[in-house]
Amino acid sequence: MVRVVLPQHLRTLARVEGEVSLNVEPPVTQQSVLDALEARHPVLRGTIRDHVSCRRRPFIRFFACEQDLSHELADALLPQAVATGQEPLLIVGAMAGG
Amino acid sequence: MSAVRLLIGTKKGAFVLTSDGARKHWDVQGPHFGGWEIYHMNGSPTDPDRIYVSQTSSWFGQIIQRSDDGGKTWNPPGTKPEDLMGPDGMPKGESNMFLYDSSTETGKPLTTHQWYDGSQRPWEFKRVWHLEPSLTDPDTVYAGAEDAALFKSTDGGRTWKELAGLRAAKGQLWQPGAGGMCLHTIVLDRSRPERIFVAISAAGAFRSDDGGLSWRPVNRGLQSQYELPDPDAEVGHCVHRIASHPARPHTLFMQKHWDVLRSDDAGDSWREVSGNLPSDFGFPIAVHANEPETVYVVPIKSDSEHYPPDGKLRVYRSRTGGNEWEPLTKGLPQQNCYVNILRDAMAVDSLDPCGIYFGTTGGQVYGSADGGDSWTAVVRDLPAVYSVEVQTLGKT
Repeated sequence: MVRVVLPQHLRTLARVEGEVSLNVEPPVTQQSVLDALEARHPVLRGTIRDHVSCRRRPFIRFFACEQDLSHELADALLPQAVATGQEPLLIVGAMAGG
Repeated sequence: MSAVRLLIGTKKGAFVLTSDGARKHWDVQGPHFGGWEIYHMNGSPTDPDRIYVSQTSSWFGQIIQRSDDGGKTWNPPGTKPEDLMGPDGMPKGESNMFLYDSSTETGKPLTTHQWYDGSQRPWEFKRVWHLEPSLTDPDTVYAGAEDAALFKSTDGGRTWKELAGLRAAKGQLWQPGAGGMCLHTIVLDRSRPERIFVAISAAGAFRSDDGGLSWRPVNRGLQSQYELPDPDAEVGHCVHRIASHPARPHTLFMQKHWDVLRSDDAGDSWREVSGNLPSDFGFPIAVHANEPETVYVVPIKSDSEHYPPDGKLRVYRSRTGGNEWEPLTKGLPQQNCYVNILRDAMAVDSLDPCGIYFGTTGGQVYGSADGGDSWTAVVRDLPAVYSVEVQTLGKT
């Protein structure tokens, strides 16, 4: 199971508490995790990545294993610790005020 | 027994305020969607319990919310209650998809518009500024977007389709105002259902006479001396707000960047009616519900100084359809007041005497139950107010 931590606003929107656990078939990438997340919670479509381009929204960041993965390719493998559920993928609102 | 419901959109959430017809005591509910920017809330004229909300965030994008019980509960829209939830009980999210229509069948090519520096930039959806429910069908609603475009839903806000003919009205010459390139005003004509007016900053006013399929600019008479290389250009004017009285749909009042204007021929021509205003810069404009020639504006000092002249918050009223204006000050701060009143943040109820309400960037919502003669703070310490709409309920 892949564990995903959402920012508070998106937890409220998706009506979830705590982490989201997702079954993701390998390869475990940003794209496959987000596909699984949006399939489970369709209300999140458009909130993390653009509807059309599927690019990460500018004020969204992806962290895991104390690394910033925001600029990794969408189809790059996520760290093994994320793929195995040992560490969560953190979806974070960029620190730009608000 | 009549009642009034105020729908307040703020920088950090939505608020619903209710009062009986006396409009002296207000119940405040909210914040709904706390932490999100609420650009606009608006109720259906035919089903007042149906309220649409534009909930937006630079971080997480655009969400549309809907209430079918007068603001008690909210959901992303679905046509039937069971449509609101996916198979595993989670909310569906189709209603936040605003895609520009570039199809060969109904769309227009998604080209570019002017940027602040005069260069061209591609169209890109950012948020919904204004929601305007149909005058006859609670499931039909229009949405004004940034980058400027008009969208329509006929299924209660679940899905949206762009009325792309608008972008064909010289869209390449439109440019953003200070707040972005936004379609912020939608005026529907009760006497002529196929007629729609919209206003865009900074593009101008536009009219469709075929339900939104085709559009033409209606800006003749507007002068933008220091904003445009051609001051009376067909498009490019920074129109801040348009208002009309339902009984006189051919008469429109406009607060432009600078200048207050009126048209008596459905926008075909405009003439300035700024008259004795202390400043003709401002954002909102509203028409009295029972007196079609009574108009309200809130003068702001200048395009760079977005606060009232002399630190005095004054609503100005004209009972003559413009040109002759009187300041309304009773109950409003007359010293050290430096708030702004945004374009969607003033509205009237339809009781007699007419109530008028406006919200400020300082978080105050002021109301007058006597047509503007006197004012009280309905609520004083909200987040910055983006929009104010009024629903008059149970009027007999």
